[in-house]
Amino acid sequence: MPADTPLAAPALGDAWPLRDKVAFAGIGTTRYGNFPETDSYGLGCEALNLALDDAGLRPADIDGLIVNRIPTYERFAEMTGINPRYCLLTEMPGRFSGVSLALAAQAIMTGEATTVALVYGNNGRSVRMNYGGGDSQWSPWGMTSPGASHAMMWRRHNHDFGTTHADLGPVSVAFRDHACLNPDAVMHGRPITLEDHARARPIADPLRLLDYCLINDGAVAWIMTSAERARDMRRPPVLLSGYARQDAFGYGSAPPDDYWYPNLSACRSVYDRAGFGRDDIQGLGIYDNFSPTVLFSLEGLGFCGQGEGGAFVRDGTLRLGRGRWPTNTSGGHLSDSYMQGWGIIAECVRQLRDDCGERQIPNAAAMQYICATNIAQSLILRRAS
Amino acid sequence: MSLATRPKPAVDNWNRPFWEACGRGELTLQRCNATGKCFFPPAPVSPFTGRPEWEWMRASGRGELWSYVVFHQGYFPGMKDELPYPVAMVRLEEGPFLLTNLDGMSAEDARIGMRLAVRFPGGPEGFALPQFGPAEDAP
Repeated sequence: MPADTPLAAPALGDAWPLRDKVAFAGIGTTRYGNFPETDSYGLGCEALNLALDDAGLRPADIDGLIVNRIPTYERFAEMTGINPRYCLLTEMPGRFSGVSLALAAQAIMTGEATTVALVYGNNGRSVRMNYGGGDSQWSPWGMTSPGASHAMMWRRHNHDFGTTHADLGPVSVAFRDHACLNPDAVMHGRPITLEDHARARPIADPLRLLDYCLINDGAVAWIMTSAERARDMRRPPVLLSGYARQDAFGYGSAPPDDYWYPNLSACRSVYDRAGFGRDDIQGLGIYDNFSPTVLFSLEGLGFCGQGEGGAFVRDGTLRLGRGRWPTNTSGGHLSDSYMQGWGIIAECVRQLRDDCGERQIPNAAAMQYICATNIAQSLILRRAS
Repeated sequence: MSLATRPKPAVDNWNRPFWEACGRGELTLQRCNATGKCFFPPAPVSPFTGRPEWEWMRASGRGELWSYVVFHQGYFPGMKDELPYPVAMVRLEEGPFLLTNLDGMSAEDARIGMRLAVRFPGGPEGFALPQFGPAEDAP
């Protein structure tokens, strides 16, 4: 992005017009793994049914449908018998989980739909989806893959701030510890140590295997409706209190030279939009496609100073039962499964409904989600009082 | 040297002059008429004004090493023999970044901030790929 381009994010102090008006009424997550016997449609149907059962609704109650990573919305709507008033397929990158959520909230508040099903289905593992290779601007130089872009940023972060690969260890280990508390996590029962993290196989150096997320088959569905309607449904509603987003596309062709710090910082407006601050939040969901994004997110949203992310997480800050900011309690993308933000947001909802068993954050009343990408986003969910 | 088996660039109407210049051993950039600033990858308009008012200019070919990674995992069949290979992010003197490779030096010698200069040691058939090595005038 040209350095003199101003960001247009909502100013601090502005209340979000949609504050607490839209709610999660149901969620569903499938098992995650290698399931060649089905596909993203089959998995999506499974997640949708789980979410409908959770909300106590039938397909006929759905009048808005947003699908993601499922090839076509027509076929999915056809097979699930949904004839919505509002229907949309959103783009593949994981930043579109938050974007889809915001679109659903807008559709509900403008009366385009009353109850929206958002369905994400991915069969990346069984079809051996490769996040790299192919033709791109930089392929003649062998530059490819989101992991390598993050590795490029992380090396520069090391140079600028003195961070090291060891600063990422507490992130990977904390999320693996959480996965060991989550019987549904792909890495349940497979603990790792800081030493394992440091010695893992290099992929795009300076990043190593345990800095990368896990590609799997699986699906996630959310049912969203107005807060008012959600009150009469089966489960306690979880309210969408605030949402902030700032894009920065100017460097889409090369890794960003700023760790998305300016556009993430703009998302600090999420607190004013939600009407409450960081102190009122009990836990976090951070988009962890690669371990450095967790530190970029914490720095960008102001949990610590820029460059201080490594020191901030070193003593177990992200670890449930130990630190102030239990993060990705399901195991996240690194140790539960890469469900592109959809699963992490579902976990935030579960925390706010006290559904998390051994990995429950005590007295969770509000959770914050952060996604560090060129579409930087943060949102705050809270338990309805 | 296996530059000959690298993936071929995807040539389009905007980057064709860039690749033709590389073939002559020249690194070129588009420069915005209004601001005098350069940009890359090639585009129909200047990102500084949004207007199709720019001209091609020959770049100095010098820059600094901004960051680099070393690929241990292969994604391109034609680069299998190069693994592990470095990719360098170079900030050109004119401002834009290029992703490129190191020539005449190894990743072990790479230091962020070091001065580098372009060279054209080869490429897939019909192309010369810009690569970067130590600048002769480096202190």
